Amino acid sequence: MVVGALWSTLDGEMNYELSHLKALQAESIHVFREVAAEFERPVLLFSGGKDSIVMLHLATKAFWPARMPFPLMHIDTGHNFAEVYEYRDRRVSELGVKLVVASVQDSIDSGRVVEQTGPGASRNQLQTTTLLDALGEHGFDAAFGGARRDEERARAKERFYSFRDDFGQWDPKNQRPELWSLYNGRHHRGEHIRIFPLSNWTELDIWQYIETEDIDVPSIYYAHEREVIARDGMWLAITDFITVADHERVETRQVRFRTVGDATCTGAVESDAGTVSAIIDEVSATRITERGATRADDRASEAAMEDRKREGYF
Amino acid sequence: MEMMRFATAGSVDDGKSTLIGRLLFDSKSIFEDQLEAVADVSERMGLDETNLALLTDGLRAEREQGITIDVAYRYFATPKRKFIIADTPGHVQYTRNMVTGASTADLAIILIDARKGVLEQSRRHSFIASLLRIPHLVVAVNKMDLVDYSEERFDEIVEEFGHFASKLEVTDLTFIPISALKGDNVVERSENTPWYGGTSLLHHLETVHISSDRNLIDARLPVQYVIRPHSEEFHDYRGYAGSIAGGVLKPGDDVVVLPSGFASKIAQIDTPEGPASEAFSPMAVTVTLTDEIDISRGDMICRPHNQPTSSQDIEAMVCWLSEGTSLAPGSKVAIKHTTRTARALVKDIQYRLDVNTLHRDVEAHTLSLNEIGRVTLRTTQPLFFDEYRRNRETGSFILIDEATNNTIGAGMIIGTPQ
Ligand SMILES: Nc1nc2c(ncn2[C@@H]2O[C@H](COP(=O)(O)OP(=O)(O)OP(=O)(O)O)[C@@H](O)[C@H]2O)c(=O)[nH]1
Ligand SMILES: [Mg+2]
Repeated sequence: MVVGALWSTLDGEMNYELSHLKALQAESIHVFREVAAEFERPVLLFSGGKDSIVMLHLATKAFWPARMPFPLMHIDTGHNFAEVYEYRDRRVSELGVKLVVASVQDSIDSGRVVEQTGPGASRNQLQTTTLLDALGEHGFDAAFGGARRDEERARAKERFYSFRDDFGQWDPKNQRPELWSLYNGRHHRGEHIRIFPLSNWTELDIWQYIETEDIDVPSIYYAHEREVIARDGMWLAITDFITVADHERVETRQVRFRTVGDATCTGAVESDAGTVSAIIDEVSATRITERGATRADDRASEAAMEDRKREGYF
Repeated sequence: MEMMRFATAGSVDDGKSTLIGRLLFDSKSIFEDQLEAVADVSERMGLDETNLALLTDGLRAEREQGITIDVAYRYFATPKRKFIIADTPGHVQYTRNMVTGASTADLAIILIDARKGVLEQSRRHSFIASLLRIPHLVVAVNKMDLVDYSEERFDEIVEEFGHFASKLEVTDLTFIPISALKGDNVVERSENTPWYGGTSLLHHLETVHISSDRNLIDARLPVQYVIRPHSEEFHDYRGYAGSIAGGVLKPGDDVVVLPSGFASKIAQIDTPEGPASEAFSPMAVTVTLTDEIDISRGDMICRPHNQPTSSQDIEAMVCWLSEGTSLAPGSKVAIKHTTRTARALVKDIQYRLDVNTLHRDVEAHTLSLNEIGRVTLRTTQPLFFDEYRRNRETGSFILIDEATNNTIGAGMIIGTPQ
């Protein structure tokens, strides 16, 4: 296919204009290539969520027709949805790339972290240790993450290249200046850089891109019937990993997920959007952010995300 | 849909963050949970009205101090355009973060508090905006509600700023009287300023012509990464990947590769959508050539009769971004320009600019944090560059401290020393 559709013809004159999706795509691909050229051991953090799926799609485009020159890593809480594991394994075998699984269960078993208990228990916080340990163990010096600046206001402050010291910490008051598209990836041994190629994408851009590129996503993003309970003002799926309290009532609702994370803290929204275009309509009309709607982890306090990020979270 | 990037600038408390909050709010791009969160905090802080600045001041320290420390990026779309906003800090100490946010902007909004008029920071930021060659400048005279929407006061500021701006190279300058807090002339034209004949700020943002701001004349492809699949299907494929940094490239075009000077022809241009008949900035492409020549990262593909300057001696305006160190003749730093990295020796600092008066201090021999001056550099390898005013991509560089790895300077190339 020839990219004739990229520009519109005005009075027979060429108009060199890129649509916003093409411009975002170009920016992300530039970042992938820059990292592949300048770092020794990059890795792409792949969760099976829509952002990491789009990120993976862009990475394959960036190096086509060669294979992407870095592995994937899944920080696995063990509390994920079956559909997501299945999707992950299918994608990995289609692409023939290497997948590293770093498991929170292993971190618990080896005593690196302690499992929370009680009805609100979640492994979300514990992921940070597993992630930092795995980066160190494999010597990864750059980790691509699918975070977007529109998700949350601490993220809105982050650079494309986000420097982490040898404890994996982010220092938001002291970030490197980042000008034009000249990225500074220099670091000392033991330090690493988180790379966010999707920084400038919004939730709507992601879905529009999934539609134009016809990208496959796990079925839990589409409306389906599911047993849920109402907790913290959102619908939490009934899985083996959550404990239903006496006062909580299990009911069946038609829902879909807006983000895919740990099943214990990722809520579903009521929806009848069964196709990508229905999701786009829904996202365009929604008045609540995806994290506000569905992430218990961000509601903990006013600066919950900033605090977790400082410690080394995604 | 076209994408546009803009940055806010101006002195502390002129209302940059409030304006962005207002734009997001009035264009219905704020989500209920975000608004509830800032309404809660405003109430706890004892404010009468919801402080919309809290929407972008996302760091704990920023909320505590009521100022912006680092750039926040915000997004909104109207049926006409998708906007990327950089809300930059006004405080002098954080000028480098302002530079970060402004470097990629198509347009800058300089806010001026109608009561205070043009302040040193307003001048500094306007100067930086012109230095960075942000093609469109809007001066938003804010807090008009506090000066009774006075036409006279607005005219005074227009004149005062106009006087200063005549010394800058600004191609497109627009003045709009607004109240970020009350919303006057932000999204809709306000009845409080019947004397104002222009459009609302949002209307201006939606309609200002930006696609002709890019360089479509000087074809430049800095080679970023060499793609060699080693697969059966693509056994002989050798592609040069990079982002077009100017001009237009087509299959069949004669090209030369710098520094080797070897000539060849473009065989094919691969894009994320497949082979293309043309490529232009900012497309990320992979080019194959008709000849097997040795090309690696940092090389530059261009047209034989339109080549960038190739030199180890460079003259540039440098904005110093480092707190701990200063730039002085004899300093050795790393330099990153397009996809090329080299080392550079500072040969001379010709003058330092006083951003208030634009006076050139030729006695100055160092640049410290947030200072700007004209600098002569000698690099260990030739760089392939154009004048920054002609091409932002091939005319810009950053300086990196080789000990700390920090980004310590931003440079805009003027040319080779006389
Ligand atoms: N009356 C009035 N007050 C305003 C207006 N715009 C902003 N303010 C107030 O001015 C104060 C500073 O506003 P901010 O938006 O935080 O200023 P800023 O330019 O972002 O400041 P820095 O980012 O720290 O440089 C706040 O108390 C605002 O409510 C306006 O149009 N009218
Ligand atoms: Mg501010």
